[in-house]
This record gives sequence, C-alpha cells and structure tokens, in this order.
Amino acid sequence: MTDATVQPGAEGRPAKSGSLLEQDARTKRRNAAEARFKFYGMAAVGIGVIFLILLLVSIVRNGVPAFTQTFVTVPIYLPEDKLDKSGVRDPDVMRKVTTFGYAPLLDDALVKTLEENGIEMPFAKPAKLRDMVSSSAAAQVRDTVLANPDLIGQTVDFKLLASSRVDGYMKGRVTRESLARDKNLDAEHLDIVDQLHDLGALERSFNWAFIFGSDASESRPEQAGLGVSMVGSLFMMIVVLVLSLPIGVAASIYLEEFAPKNRWTDLIEVNISNLAAVPSIVFGILGLAVFIQFAHLPMSAPLVGGLVLTLMTLPTIIISTRASLKAVPPSIRDAALGVGASKMQSVFHHVLPLAMPGILTGTILGLAQALGETAPLLLIGMVGFIASNMPDGVAAGFLSPNSAMPAQIYEWAKRADPAYYERAWGGIIILLVFLMTMNIIAILLRRRFERRW
Amino acid sequence: MPALWIFIAVLVLAVLGFVLGRQRALAMVDGDSRHLHSLPNYYGFHVGIWALMPALLVLAVWLIVQPMLIDTSVKSMIPDTSYTTAGELSLVMSDVRRVADGLDLAVERGALTADEAMSLDAGATDVRALLGGVGVAIGSDVQPAVLEAAQAYRASTATGNMVRTVIVLLLALGGLGWALSRTAPDFRARNSVEKATLGLLIAAASIAILTTLGIVLSLIFNTIEFFKLYPASEFFFGTTWAPSFGGGSELGILPLFWGTFYISIIALAVAVPIGLFAAVYLSEYAGPKIRAVAKPMLEVLAGIPTIVYGLFALVTVGPMLVNVFGNEGALGLGWMSGGTAVMTAGLVMGIMLIPFVSSLSDDIINAVPQAMRDGSLGLGATKSETVKQVVLPAALPGIVGAVLLAASRAIGETMIVVMGAGAAARLSLNPFEAMTTVTAKIVSQLTGDADFASPEALVAFALGMTLFVITLGLNIFALYIVRKYREQYE
Repeated sequence: MTDATVQPGAEGRPAKSGSLLEQDARTKRRNAAEARFKFYGMAAVGIGVIFLILLLVSIVRNGVPAFTQTFVTVPIYLPEDKLDKSGVRDPDVMRKVTTFGYAPLLDDALVKTLEENGIEMPFAKPAKLRDMVSSSAAAQVRDTVLANPDLIGQTVDFKLLASSRVDGYMKGRVTRESLARDKNLDAEHLDIVDQLHDLGALERSFNWAFIFGSDASESRPEQAGLGVSMVGSLFMMIVVLVLSLPIGVAASIYLEEFAPKNRWTDLIEVNISNLAAVPSIVFGILGLAVFIQFAHLPMSAPLVGGLVLTLMTLPTIIISTRASLKAVPPSIRDAALGVGASKMQSVFHHVLPLAMPGILTGTILGLAQALGETAPLLLIGMVGFIASNMPDGVAAGFLSPNSAMPAQIYEWAKRADPAYYERAWGGIIILLVFLMTMNIIAILLRRRFERRW
Repeated sequence: MPALWIFIAVLVLAVLGFVLGRQRALAMVDGDSRHLHSLPNYYGFHVGIWALMPALLVLAVWLIVQPMLIDTSVKSMIPDTSYTTAGELSLVMSDVRRVADGLDLAVERGALTADEAMSLDAGATDVRALLGGVGVAIGSDVQPAVLEAAQAYRASTATGNMVRTVIVLLLALGGLGWALSRTAPDFRARNSVEKATLGLLIAAASIAILTTLGIVLSLIFNTIEFFKLYPASEFFFGTTWAPSFGGGSELGILPLFWGTFYISIIALAVAVPIGLFAAVYLSEYAGPKIRAVAKPMLEVLAGIPTIVYGLFALVTVGPMLVNVFGNEGALGLGWMSGGTAVMTAGLVMGIMLIPFVSSLSDDIINAVPQAMRDGSLGLGATKSETVKQVVLPAALPGIVGAVLLAASRAIGETMIVVMGAGAAARLSLNPFEAMTTVTAKIVSQLTGDADFASPEALVAFALGMTLFVITLGLNIFALYIVRKYREQYE
C-alpha cells in the first residue's frame, strides 16, 4: 500500500503535528479543560468535607470543656448555734435557716483555708472571697446539712462548684485582661485560684451534673445541666414513637397494598409528598393554633411537642415504610393468596413481618430527625423558662412544662454569658451522640436484616 | 369520670369482649374450630372491635364538641358591656375557664366543699384570694358576671361529663352485646374484622389530609383575623417593619421578604455550585473507594440538626467573618460591625444545603442513560465535554427541580436565621449587615406570652401563610418538573 509509506511532514506541515504522541494546541487546551473540570469537582467535594471537619472541630473544641467543671474543696465548720439553735436536729426546724444564714460559714471557711495555706488575703471584706465559688454553694451546703443533720458541729470537706469566671479561667476562656471590665471577679481572685490550684484544693473534674442535672438561672452557668430537658425529649420521643409508628405503618399499608387508583388516594399521595417539604416552623404554627389555642392543651408540654413532631415526621416514615413494603416481592403475596389467605392476612402475616426491618430503620431515622428539630418547639413554648425540676411521675412528664434538648441548647445560646456558649456546644455533643447512636442502630438493623430478593 | 378512666374502662370491656366472643364461638361448635367459618380469634376480635370502636368514636367526638358547645352557651351569658372587641371577650372567657378550673381544684384539695363552691358569691368571698390559695393565679378580681359564668360552665361541664360517661359505657356494652349475639358458627367474622381493619387503615392514611387541612385552616382563620385589624395592602406593600405591642405598629412584609430572599440567594450561591460539582465528580469521575468515603461524609452534613448550624453561625462563622471584613479585620474594610449578618446566615445555610443539592443531583445525573455518555465519548469528546454538553443538558430539568427544592428549604429554614441573621428588619444591599427573615419574625412574634388577639401576634399567622404558600408553590413546581423529566427516560 503506497499510502502507508507517505512521509509525514513532507508536504509543508510542521513535522511534529503528525505524531499522536505530541498534542496540538487544541488538544492541549481540551485536556487542560478536562483536568480543570475534574479539579473543580474534587475541590467541591473537598470544600464540603472541609466544612464538615470545620464544623466537627468547632463542636468538639468548644464543647468538650463543658464536661469538666472546676471544683474547690473547702473544709467548712458547721456551728450548732447558727444552724440548729434548738439542738434537736429536726430538719423541719432547721429549714428556717436560709441560704443567707449559710453564706457566712462559707466566708469563714474560705478565709481559714487561705490562712492555713499561707495565702495572702487581698480583700478587706471576707464576703468578696465568696465570688470565687458558685452562688449555689450556700444552697449546696444547706441541702447537705438538711439531708444529714448529724454533720452539725463537725468540720466537713465540701466540694463546691467554682464560679463560672474561675471555671473560665481554668479553661482559658477568661484572662486577667478580660476581667478588667468584669465586676464579678477581680485579678486578685485569680492569684488565689492559681495558688489553690497548686495546692490541689481547686481542680477540674468530670461534671456529671452537666449531663444529668437541671437548668440553672442566667447568673449561674456553672450549675446548668441538660438532664431535665433530656427527660423532656424522652417523653416527646415516646409520644412520637407511639403515634407515628402505627399510624405511619397503617397509612403505608393502605396506600401500598389496598388503595384503589382514585381521586382520594391521589389526594393523599400529593398531600404526603407536600407535607414532607413544608417548613418545620409551619408545623409549629399548626401546633400552636390547633393544640394550644383550640384544644387548650397545656403550653410547653412534651405531649404537645410530641404531637407536633409526630405530624412532622409522619411523611418521612410513610415514605420509607412504603419503600420497604414495595421491596417485598409479589411472589410472597401470591403464595399466601394461593394457599387461601385473604388479602389482609397475606399483608399482615407475610408482607409486614418481612418489611419490618426496613420499617424500623425508617422509623429510627424519622425519630432522629424529630429529636434534633427545634423550630416548632419554639412556638409551642418549650423555651424561655428554666427547666429546673425533674417531672414527678409519668403523667407530669407528659403534661407539665418542660424543655427539650435542642430547645435547651437554643436557650443557652441566647443567654449573654459566654460560659453558656460552652454549655450549648457541650449540649450539642450530647445531642449528636444520641443522633449518632440512633443512626448506627438503623445502619446495623439494615445490615443485619436486609434481604436481597 | 375523667376521659382517661372511661378510655381504660372501654379498653377493659373490649378485652373482655374478645375473650367472651372467642369462647362463645368455640362453645357453639363444642370446641371443634373446623365447623367455624373463621378462625376463633376472629370471633373474639369481632366482639372486641364492636365494644371498642363506636364507644371510642363517640368519646372522641364528645371531647371535641362539648367544650365548643359549652363555650358558646357561656359566652352568651357574659354581658355585652364587659367587652368591646373579640379579643377582650376571649380574655374574659379564659378568665371564666380559669376560675372554673380553680374552683374544681379547690374542691378537690378540700379548700371548699362541693356545695360551698356552688353557692359562692363574688361580693361576699374574695374568690381571687381563695383560688390563689390553691395555686391558681387570676389576673384581676373576679367580677360577679365572670363567677356566674364560671358556675354555669362548671355545672354544664359536670352534667356533660356525666352524660358522656353513661353514653360511652352504654355504647361499649351495647356493642359488645350486639356483636356477641351475632356470633354464630357460620357468621363471617373474618370478613367483618377485615372490613373494620381496612377502615382503620384508610383513617390512618387520611391523617395526612387532616394535617394539611389543619395547617391551612389554622393559618387562614388567624390570617383573616389579622387582616380585619390591619389592612392587607399595608401588610404586603409596607416597607417598614416596626411592631410595638403598645399599638401603632407598622407591619410591612417587604423588608422581611428582602432578607429572606437575600439570605436564600447567598445560600444557593454557595450550595448549588459546590453541590453540583460534587455530584458530577462523585457520579462521573470518582472511583468506588472515594465515593464510598466522600458520599457518606457529605450526607453527615444533612443529618446534623439545624440548631447546630445556628450555633455554628453565631459563635464560629460570625466572628470569623468579622475578623476578615470587620472594622479591625484582616482586610481593614470595615464592612461588618456585628457577627450576625446576611452573609453569616447565608454561608452557613449554604453549607447545610450542599448535601441536599448534591444527593438530589446525583440521583438525577445517574438517571441519564449510559448510552448517551457512550455516544458522546465515542465521537471523541472528553469526559468533561460529555458532562457539559450531554449529561448536564439532559439532566437540566431535574437539576432545576433540585435547586427549587433547595430554595424552598432555604426560605423555610428557621434556626440558622434566628441565630445568625440578626433581628433588624431593613432593606439594604450590604450583605454584611444584619437583616431578618419571615421565619425569624414568626418566631419572635409568637414566643413568649402573646395574646392571640393583637395584630402583633396575629401577623405571625399571616407571615406563616405567605411562607406556606410560597414554599408549597415552589415544591409543587419542582416536583412537577422532576416528574415530567423522569418520564422521559423510563
């Protein structure tokens, strides 16, 4: 073949353009565009991942300190003449001595601690020393004494909460410079704190009260905990689970197995897909208008929160339940019908049990979504008050005002004190641990029971 | 008897009915279930359902209707002179209810005997102090008319409750007896039970419609109430948002709209390019290993509650932006004075929406048939040319749908804007200024002890209505586009 022997580059074209191994300008440009495009894609994924890491780092860095708290160990003498004049050790009589009666004991104990350890006392008034410990300290001593009257007359070691400024200093949040504008604590306090820390009387330890305790007023961030709102969330989740699982499953069974194709079912389908995309705040308005304005259910009650969240999660649960019902092959139904089962029996005895793992997975994910939801709870009044008491009893748990974990976090974030930001981040860690656990359970359920037909 | 006890009693009757029905059916055929039309349990369920369902239905309806009826009749007892507007009437009514509840509580605690409570005289006894003693706080001294209304309220509630108990229990017993009498070996118990079950399933499915109906009704009624107090034209076209609970508020929605719109645009400007490129990369370029790692990581972003993003905006992103764009910032521009700003909220909301856009687009890009890619590659196009000129145009309607859904999410998002965008309603072009949105104002107008009669509280329902209509329109439009597109390739 003569064509094959034609010399490349012989007819005036530049010699190198003929080789496949060398790219011409256009190919180079196209390849560069290709590489650029691929880079954009990688960058986009990278940015997403970076954002995630930034978010997680921010959560962990800001939130982990909330789990430790600074405590001061002080030996306090409990004089009989002040705390129990009658001498009969009757808690009901001793209740008359208020926390104001206990405060001087704290002052004396602190002054004495300083003296014994050879620390110079910088203040004229001993009461000024008390700024170092939480304003709840007197109540703590009082509660201990009332619970155990025999302690009176002895010197007892108390582990007192340090005030939030001292705690912030130990965690590096508060510095001497920032204290210059702060009337709650002076730099002299910090000198004492340093010396006490060296002596081991003041130290940071794990703070269980943050996880299991109750919320505190705005001036006592060191005392605030998430426990009560966790209970509120628990009761809400019980309502959501008890209502949304049966209703969601029943609705899905009807739509997937029985519904004839008519206007009514079309209407239901359209409604469900739209409800899934309605902003959550609108469900809050619904809850306010229907459950509180119209039905006169109590404000801030976990029952109302649970009802609102149920309506909000139903579409999610229905959509996932229908998907898992659809995944059960028709041969199962045919076999059941073939041996004489009714349609209802085939669904309830055969299809439903096979779809159950998928349904449970979807339900857990729906619950996780409900657990993290905040906006509707704001409207039905689950913020703005101090969730300071554990509900007494199951009925009170559903009906008496309470907060919920995300609502409590929002409440903390709104308070001006930066010590509460730390609490809010810490609360987020707890919330995320719950969500992660639920998601992991869902994934495990899916892995363990998922069937490929 | 309280409703809960009635409920439990009916439940017990139903269980009893189940046992009786089953036994009776078996006894009729001397224990040989082969002679029954249905399995023995179905006879039990049949009786149980008849004992339970009619009684519970009546109980539910009664619980809703009785308070409404009593309210209307008590309302007519309150003299016209003691109120001028509907709002005041509802305040008086809530006083009446509180007094009535307080008296019940006083009787229960033993502070009063039942007879004393019935014969109270507002002139002779200090009802307010009395109720304060049992822990019911009344705002003002109790007027004679209010006390009288409260007594009537108590009396009719007591009668109503008694009649309710009797009727519901009779109905449960009657249903039980009737179903029991129908039990016979050739009675088709299974068919009857299955029919009832189907009814339950339909009822459960209809809850979705009820929810929508509830949303629409609660929004519409309160919005109408609002427009009676405040002109609609000023609401929709007013450019000032200055609510004051003392009266004389200006409630123009335009500044809120602008804030919502601005924040959503910034959020989409962040989320759409990143989400789209991420979706293209993950579905067209990435190997299975990268996909297995990167995809779940992006999806984690979607699973994080919005309160977390809100705090992230407030505490981390806001100050970070101030450090760059603030008065003493790295760039020395002085554009930003506080951490809460349109940019802060928009940026964080954009991060939140990335996984939303990317997973929706991923699905849509994957739905483009492989043959179209192969054809393009076969003609010598590079991969990126194939994506740009073949895959994306084919997927465009779906991607537009995804973007619209993301926009609807951005408009309805609450926590991020409540915490990150600030509270000032203003019409400004500077993205580093604090602005506020429709959702944030719904929250601020409805939290706390608002009375639902003032325009300042009711405006939240009008805002909610606008929000609902806009997001619903966007959703329907987006779903329509996505569906239409899907049909092309299936």
